[in-house]
Amino acid sequence: MGAPAPTEQPLSAYQLSEQSLERMYSYMLLARRLNERMMLLNRQGTAPFVIAGAGQEAAQVGAAMALQVGVDYLAPYYRDLAMNLVFGMTAREAMLNLFAKRDDPNSHGRQMPSHWGLRERHVVTQSSVVATQLLHATGIALAAKMRQDPVVVMACCGEGSTSRGDFHEALNFAAIHHLPVIFFVENNGYAISERVEKEVPTEHVADRARGYGIEGATVDGMDAVVVYQTVRQAVDQARRGRGPFLIEAKCYRLWAHSSDDDDSRYRPREELAEWAARDPIKLFRERVQNDGIFPAEDLDRIEAQIDEEVRDAAQWAMAQPDPEPADALGFVYKES
Amino acid sequence: MAEMRYREALREALREELIRDDRVFLMGEDIGAYGGSYAVTTGLLEEFGPERVRDTPIAESGIIGAGIGAAMGGMRPMVELMTINFSFLALDQIVNSAAKLYYMSHGQINVPMVVRMASGGGSQLAATHSHSLEGMYAHFPGLKVVCPSNPADAKGLLKRAFRDENTVIFIEHTSLYGIKGEVPDDPDFIIEFGKANVVREGTDVTLIGYSGSVWQASRAATMLEEQEGISAEVIDLRTLSPLDIETVIRSVKKTNRAVIVEDDWKFGGFGGELSAQIMERAFDWLDAPVARVSGKDVPLPYNRNLEFAALPSEEDVVEAVLAML
Ligand SMILES: Cc1ncc(C[n+]2csc(CCOP(=O)(O)OP(=O)(O)O)c2C)c(N)n1
Ligand SMILES: [Mg+2]
Repeated sequence: MGAPAPTEQPLSAYQLSEQSLERMYSYMLLARRLNERMMLLNRQGTAPFVIAGAGQEAAQVGAAMALQVGVDYLAPYYRDLAMNLVFGMTAREAMLNLFAKRDDPNSHGRQMPSHWGLRERHVVTQSSVVATQLLHATGIALAAKMRQDPVVVMACCGEGSTSRGDFHEALNFAAIHHLPVIFFVENNGYAISERVEKEVPTEHVADRARGYGIEGATVDGMDAVVVYQTVRQAVDQARRGRGPFLIEAKCYRLWAHSSDDDDSRYRPREELAEWAARDPIKLFRERVQNDGIFPAEDLDRIEAQIDEEVRDAAQWAMAQPDPEPADALGFVYKES
Repeated sequence: MAEMRYREALREALREELIRDDRVFLMGEDIGAYGGSYAVTTGLLEEFGPERVRDTPIAESGIIGAGIGAAMGGMRPMVELMTINFSFLALDQIVNSAAKLYYMSHGQINVPMVVRMASGGGSQLAATHSHSLEGMYAHFPGLKVVCPSNPADAKGLLKRAFRDENTVIFIEHTSLYGIKGEVPDDPDFIIEFGKANVVREGTDVTLIGYSGSVWQASRAATMLEEQEGISAEVIDLRTLSPLDIETVIRSVKKTNRAVIVEDDWKFGGFGGELSAQIMERAFDWLDAPVARVSGKDVPLPYNRNLEFAALPSEEDVVEAVLAML
């Protein structure tokens, strides 16, 4: 798949405050820098497994910022670090999660890294079995509707995961009951080694919305602002009882599938180079700078702060205690 | 004979079967250019082409169901599921269709399909990725369940699986793919199902394992001999269904003690079945109750400390033996 041409709209046309644009940039960059550090730690042998979202940060931040943090629910998948940051996760927490430390608030060392979940932040923990969370999101939306609670649930997955029955069953169920779910598909072109053509027979994943009688949209997932606008509209409509929605963000997996993968076996280097030129973070920086929204010094300052935050988080988290072996035995059943 | 790794022995079996029988084809997620998540099918796409080595969408129920159909349609499919954990998604197809169509059709339709998948904990893959389901599959009438512990068995048993008229659940252990061993290169080399292997002879106690746990049992036997002067016999079941209970009973009647070793949860596990059969057939020969060393009855956690605490070790086997002597 080739990289789509970027939008030429000036940022001022989008009615996003300077503050929102700054937050967008910061979340994207923080996610990227955390992922880079995690991969480095993996190569140094201190983190057994890393799965990252490089190339998908614009899609993730644009989508998550369209939700109401503290009200809405997020059922993310393993690449959605940037979404979790928008929902309140700190750099230190992300590193605790990577190292599976005792104090990792997500699972205290039980889940694989990147399987986030924190009840108080409305982030739903997930199985490693792909697409299962789409049904949980549907159920959460059903419960909210039954309780007349005006929340919206966003459920995320990759395009490859839309081959699963759970994807179909979730869309079908949510559509029949008009549930407030945003199904957000991050189409990064690959499911491990398999190109999107082997996973999805239609041109766009979002074309499938028609089969369920719901609205669908395909957006440029390398453009955080465009993603934000599209998801925002869908969220507003869903909150008014006009959901669900299927949104596909076309982005690209800039790195290998995970720290265990060697993508040179199956991915042409030219394709990678073409997409790397459209790195969403680089594009965003160029735009806010060219549109005169932020001077380069401001952006450099943000970058320096983030670098420091990431360095501190890694060093601090590594020194935190591991869980005690005896902790393996608890929480199988809740006292009833 | 050639020395090769477990994964290479499996690959050799697949290659030879693809050459031998043109009805054989392979399908699964990332088995083509990627070579499979445990690098078993590396190079087969290049050699046999995309018609016979097919990458599929991520749809486990779909590919098992389509495999059943292809078998009904006269082909000999091998379906690879990345790991046994994802077979839960295909469980209805496996249990209600693959295992039963022959019975339900009164012998009209059989499902000669090989389902290969990786099993087991110990690789820090956490709760939803670390199941040991050999015993669960052995519970279902109509399925054959094969779980090789070494490269030669991997090849001989996989080749045998392609010659079966029924669905064979072929379970590989994630921690064994890299181990090396001597493997016969005769293309007619086959290991029959239902023939357990006495890996090591002994006189004081019988240690029974399958798949990865054979190695724990063997290491424990070495420790028992070196540290305690105890002679342990080690039996590798190789296939759980059909089960070679005769070899087990013969051994127990000689040693008068049995310890079953498995990664799986103890409650309701295969060890319980084995223990009952030993009791039914060799009660009068037993000098101690049959012991089971198995995983703790909890989902497997990710953190090393936690995972280690939840899985059985060779030290646990030694302890169980000492407790019964
Ligand atoms: C049901 C299931 N089958 C297989 C896997 C193994 N697996 C993990 S990630 C992955 C690829 C998913 O691709 P996609 O949905 O496009 O997400 P991406 O990794 O590209 O972001 C696969 C096959 C799994 N986790 N769950
Ligand atoms: Mg993908």
